[in-house]
Amino acid sequence: MNAVARRRLLGLIRKESLQIVRDPSSIAIAFLLPLLLLLIFGYGVSLDARRIPVAIVLEQFDAETTSFRAAFEHSEFFAPKHYDSVQAAEAALARREVEGIVWLRSDLEARSLADPPGRVQVIVNGVDANQGRILEGYVEGVWKTWLGQRAETRREAPTPRVFLQARVWFNPAVRSRDYLVPGLVAVIMTLIGALLTAMVVAREWERGTMEALLVTPVRMREILLGKLLPYFVLGMGGMLLSTAMAVFVFQVPLRGSFALLIATSSLFMLAALGMGLLISVVARSQFAAGQIAIVTTFLPAFILSGFIFDIGSMPAPIRAITHAIPARYFVAILQTLFLAGDVEAVVLPNALALVLMAGLFLGVVFRRSRKRLD
Amino acid sequence: MTEPVLRFRGVTKVFPAGRNSVRALDGFDYALSPGGIVGLVGPDGAGKSTLLRLATALLLPSQGRIEVLGHDTQEEPLAVQAAVGYMPQRFGLYEDLSVEENLNLYADLQGVPPHVREARYAELMRMTGLSPFLGRLAGRLSGGMKQKLGLACALIRSPALLLLDEPTVGVDPLSRRELWAIVERMVREGNTTVLLSTAYMDEAERCDEVLFLHEGRLLERGAPRDLASQAAGAAFLIDPGQEDRKSLQARLQASERVVDAIPVGERIRVVLDRPGLPDPTELPALHGAGEPQPVPPRLEDAFVLRLRAARTPLQMPPLPQRGTPRDEEEVIVVEDARRRFGSFWAVKGIDFTVRRGEIFGLLGANGAGKSTTFRMLCGLLPASSGRLTVAGYDLRRAAATARGRLGTMAQRFSLYEHLTVLQNLRFFASAYRLTGSRLRERIAWALDGFELRAVADVRSGQLSLGYKQRLALAVALMHEPEILFLDEPTSGVDALARREFWRRINQLAATGVTVLVTTHFMEEASYCDRLVIMADGEVLASGSPSELLERVRSETLPEPTMEDAFIALVGRPRGHVA
Repeated sequence: MNAVARRRLLGLIRKESLQIVRDPSSIAIAFLLPLLLLLIFGYGVSLDARRIPVAIVLEQFDAETTSFRAAFEHSEFFAPKHYDSVQAAEAALARREVEGIVWLRSDLEARSLADPPGRVQVIVNGVDANQGRILEGYVEGVWKTWLGQRAETRREAPTPRVFLQARVWFNPAVRSRDYLVPGLVAVIMTLIGALLTAMVVAREWERGTMEALLVTPVRMREILLGKLLPYFVLGMGGMLLSTAMAVFVFQVPLRGSFALLIATSSLFMLAALGMGLLISVVARSQFAAGQIAIVTTFLPAFILSGFIFDIGSMPAPIRAITHAIPARYFVAILQTLFLAGDVEAVVLPNALALVLMAGLFLGVVFRRSRKRLD
Repeated sequence: MTEPVLRFRGVTKVFPAGRNSVRALDGFDYALSPGGIVGLVGPDGAGKSTLLRLATALLLPSQGRIEVLGHDTQEEPLAVQAAVGYMPQRFGLYEDLSVEENLNLYADLQGVPPHVREARYAELMRMTGLSPFLGRLAGRLSGGMKQKLGLACALIRSPALLLLDEPTVGVDPLSRRELWAIVERMVREGNTTVLLSTAYMDEAERCDEVLFLHEGRLLERGAPRDLASQAAGAAFLIDPGQEDRKSLQARLQASERVVDAIPVGERIRVVLDRPGLPDPTELPALHGAGEPQPVPPRLEDAFVLRLRAARTPLQMPPLPQRGTPRDEEEVIVVEDARRRFGSFWAVKGIDFTVRRGEIFGLLGANGAGKSTTFRMLCGLLPASSGRLTVAGYDLRRAAATARGRLGTMAQRFSLYEHLTVLQNLRFFASAYRLTGSRLRERIAWALDGFELRAVADVRSGQLSLGYKQRLALAVALMHEPEILFLDEPTSGVDALARREFWRRINQLAATGVTVLVTTHFMEEASYCDRLVIMADGEVLASGSPSELLERVRSETLPEPTMEDAFIALVGRPRGHVA
């Protein structure tokens, strides 16, 4: 690159940087939005079920039933409410005042000693299927604990020879925040990389600055680089801010290496910028650019990246689609780097996928962009 | 013979438009010799912008070749772009960059070496008068200053060919003159050749050569004086004498031999279909008026003649009389109206009144406060303080009731482009709650009165600008309002459509409709009975056109135009948005 071309590129970068600094909306998207999203997802959204309201219906009061009820009251997972009849409890379930009913029949004592053991009937509201399943499992857990304690205090039942001992790896406290926050970094970088870039290029078309820019000796690749470089820096800034908040505010562990985090983030940033510029090739109004960017980059990064919803449990066609979404690979990398560490078997193939996607998007952009209006 | 700076060889440019295509330029041949200023004129959609963009290699021809300084636009677009300076219609300055930062960017892009910049900037700033504002953000400059900065950016490296697309649209008359002075100086001093498009005929008259485009074809080319001479001996000024100016004008317009009749102050300028003083028997409309004075022909006369030949004039059926045509009742009263946006006062205390049946003009450049005033009067924007009354209703209390009494036509004709003409009429009629036989009657009135029946099933987005304007006016009149508000109603439409439009407005006013119109075309002031000239949110002057002209008439300026009046009244260059 000769001196004149270098000066052109520097001029464009300087212009773009000044605009970023002076335009409150790009600052807002780059720094305020991550802050807001992190706060909402860090504090507000939790996939853990806690204090679930359940109806307890006791048909008979005695030592057994009272201790069973107490087991629910002491559990942090439940907020039990008491009903005298199962009809009243069913009505409450229908009104969604409770999410499930635990119904202890009057012959609990007799049934629990029988073989097979007697049953406690549990009715679960299946509208929220996920929560229903969690509730089912929790009730069973309480039931087993209670049975175990009961056997111990009575010293009568034989202790089983095989124990189930569960250990949760990488996220021992099973905090959903620990796995949501790293995924959020991918969403935030998609936002800065694709949405912001597509919008600022469309703004140049809208305000007529692009037309004037094109009729100068500047080359298309210089215009593209002049957009890529400043927004790369801005996006990495947003990424650093998110990482810092994840580690210092939300106490998410960063078990992998920081260098690898930066390296893979840079790859993802290039892919996101590539998507943004690709959108700007077709969308020449800010409205269209925003719509396209949200539908094709931000929403998929949110829904189909495995950031919240497990990709493995999606139906096969949807699972196939997720492979076309760069955020999917980055979310896998981030969740591993934060919670598990530098696991090469996860990081390397996903990073390779990011290289391919970034190459594809940027390749198309640099080949397809023309200094022309038609 | 010197090598041409720009050469078009059989250039056709076709744009796809849905299933069909539009021929924006059709077999265009032209060679531009170096030096001088060439003006491109023609109605909207004639192909002016396409031509300029083709010359910058932003568009490539569908057929034919274009060479700029020996470089083919298809093969060497970068060489072309390095040689030309270009200012698009809406020149995009970076509004969040300062004047100097904008200049720096273009100097970097145009490869101006750093050591010569200081001297070049100084020269450009002296020419444009922008030196005091180097540090100011471009977004905070006035419209005229923005345009001058845009020109400075295009001139940063003295281009061999300067292409300007309507450089003075919406710019106040003073800045317009300054822009022209810069362009003329560039041509005189350097070796720059200028090709510019313009909607103003007086600007076209200042060019060395004029190209008249119509529907993608070159209709005429030549020196302005030669073109104008086609109307030699056919142009006259007529003093209405004791007659009413407007009714005489209407009579003249209805005459067969009259091609054009427009008001100039208190007199009427007439262009006939052929030279020679009209005989009273041949032109009975003249009866009672003063003796026609022959005047030198203008470029515009020639174009109107040319366009007239190409198009059949619109037949305008008379409108039914409704109430007293004119009386002293004050239909619109504005007292000390102010409007603030944040810390910026868009309107700083204005007063005026409009009487029934009057055509009242709000004149001023972009940013003068016209549109804000207009929106306040429509009841769309509450005034920060002051009193506005329309049709007897205080807009502060009864804006909705007042709105029911007025019809509005906005700058960008607010029609539903995907609906047909008929569907638009039906929609707006129902929005005005017209039903049953009255609905059918009004729609028939609109279709016939505005000659829209032939295009009733055409989607309004596909209409030409002139037809869109007719439809927008028909829509505004659906509910027979007693007051009509027009916001820049003629911007972009050609000279003929503009004349038709004003004829219609005159007709309406004659039936008792009060008309308030905003415009930045100073020449349109003569159509108004009374007007105010606004600048920077204030009323600079008010009165009838002839009163305003009288105020600036002097020995050095015996026949002032409305533009002269504006410049004299503004007094000094108004720099910036405070």
